[in-house]
Amino acid sequence: MTDEPLLRARGLTKHYGERIGCADVSFDLYEGEVLAIVGESGSGKSTLLGLLANELPATAGEVLYRMRDGIVRDIASLSEPERRLLARTDWGYVRQDSREGLRMRVSAGANVGERLMALGERRYAGIRETALTWLDRVEIARNRIDDRPTDFSGGMRQRLQIARNLVTNPRLVFMDEPTSGLDVSVQARLLDLVRGLVADLGLAIVIVTHDLAVARLLSHRIVVMRRGRVVETGLTDQVLDDPRDAYSQLLVSSVLAA
Amino acid sequence: MTMQTTGYNFAYLDEQTKRMIRRAILKAIAIPGYQVPFASREMPMPYGWGTGGVQVTAAILGHSDVLKVIDQGSDDTTNAVSIRKFFGKVAGVATTTKTAEATIIQTRHRIPEAPLREDQTLVYQVPIPEPLRFLEPRETETRTMHALAEYGLMHVKLYEDIARHGHIATTYAYPVEVAGRYVTDPSPTPKFDNPKMDMCAALQLFGAGREKRIYAIPPYTPVRSLDFEDHPFAVQQFAEPCALCAARGVYLDEVILDDRGKRMFVCSDTDHCEERRAAGHHGAMLDTAPQAIAGTR
Repeated sequence: MTDEPLLRARGLTKHYGERIGCADVSFDLYEGEVLAIVGESGSGKSTLLGLLANELPATAGEVLYRMRDGIVRDIASLSEPERRLLARTDWGYVRQDSREGLRMRVSAGANVGERLMALGERRYAGIRETALTWLDRVEIARNRIDDRPTDFSGGMRQRLQIARNLVTNPRLVFMDEPTSGLDVSVQARLLDLVRGLVADLGLAIVIVTHDLAVARLLSHRIVVMRRGRVVETGLTDQVLDDPRDAYSQLLVSSVLAA
Repeated sequence: MTMQTTGYNFAYLDEQTKRMIRRAILKAIAIPGYQVPFASREMPMPYGWGTGGVQVTAAILGHSDVLKVIDQGSDDTTNAVSIRKFFGKVAGVATTTKTAEATIIQTRHRIPEAPLREDQTLVYQVPIPEPLRFLEPRETETRTMHALAEYGLMHVKLYEDIARHGHIATTYAYPVEVAGRYVTDPSPTPKFDNPKMDMCAALQLFGAGREKRIYAIPPYTPVRSLDFEDHPFAVQQFAEPCALCAARGVYLDEVILDDRGKRMFVCSDTDHCEERRAAGHHGAMLDTAPQAIAGTR
């Protein structure tokens, strides 16, 4: 590990015509760090994630990423093959809607094995063994390996997405509302799983969520967004327990106590 | 060009259209396995009946060519007969059912058993030219995948086969890698015929009319069937020889003879079977098989 940040966002701005998607967002992300981006609907969280993951072109600003070889690159300057290779080896992306993140028409095993096959693995037994290992790690029963995600529950699909993304040992995973639509006990298990994986693998995660409980459980640092701008950043405890900004205070106080 | 027929240009298509198709064919030959878009025309037959193959044949047909048309290996099925008659009428070219005599062979589903020669061209009728379509419905995405040679998805399909059936159960349209680069759909030929495509002496042209694509495998081009190291590519094996000509190592059709389970296996390539019988080969059921199957010879 080095002291260099893994990812640096500098003045990230996205305009959708007249409207502002997000404006002038800057932060550093270090290896093994979980950063939560919170805010209400329409605050620019997903736009920011799209910019970071190189899925949207930025209007202004840059994202600098330290590649595995230690060289820092502006992700906008990557060629298409480099961009795609990065996205399926060193990065992961867990989608809110599992149907976007999984191939629903092929089995769980093939979903987990797809990245390996894309990287040139041509041994069926090896792919299967790795897939089984990952199903174990995300607590999906081994005998479900040949079932399709269409037969899985919402929580299992999200766990399968995680396995599919982590199979290449990425260093950075983007998560877009991974727990929305799941009931509370399933959410808790998923968060527990992610927390364990972060600790084991030293993953860096950028997680977008509107659920402050998720942010509190998972993240080290928080970015609070409103109307496309960052209104407050800081350590999770600090922001949630002692918010400085008026909007952060409103957000924290509007959480229903169970 | 002299007109030999009236009411039509030679070989039905006008000369400008043929030039357009020939340009696509030349590009396809230059980039083996790459799907070249072309302005597919309406043909006097429905899509799915070989409109792509017919346009390719029309574009390359010359006065001295001898045309053979097969459908499922057979020269006498509806599709084969009507396309052969079509070109007999609109081009006035000689037609044949003998593989050895033909210079252009238009085919649906089979590659003839007899080895092809350098002076022959095989024209395939292709329904779905995109081998990645099964898993990736977006055309923009499949084009990018071809451009970047990202073919992991093809192995996902094969993985899925093994996971579900214990072996690679894809038996037709089995994906191949052409000249070490483009993954290509060999059209719905049985995988039994895939090895014949490898280093084939004849030019192989593929036309997909509805999908508006032409692709090609030039003569003597390496063609490799995709597989896994621990599940290598293998062709179907038949337990018994052809019931009419006793041929082994050829592709056989199963023919149901009655409603009490009686059946026979005969050569799918009818010309090959007839040649062998004429040469004196004698299958187990040659004398007892119904006339409709054994033919009049």
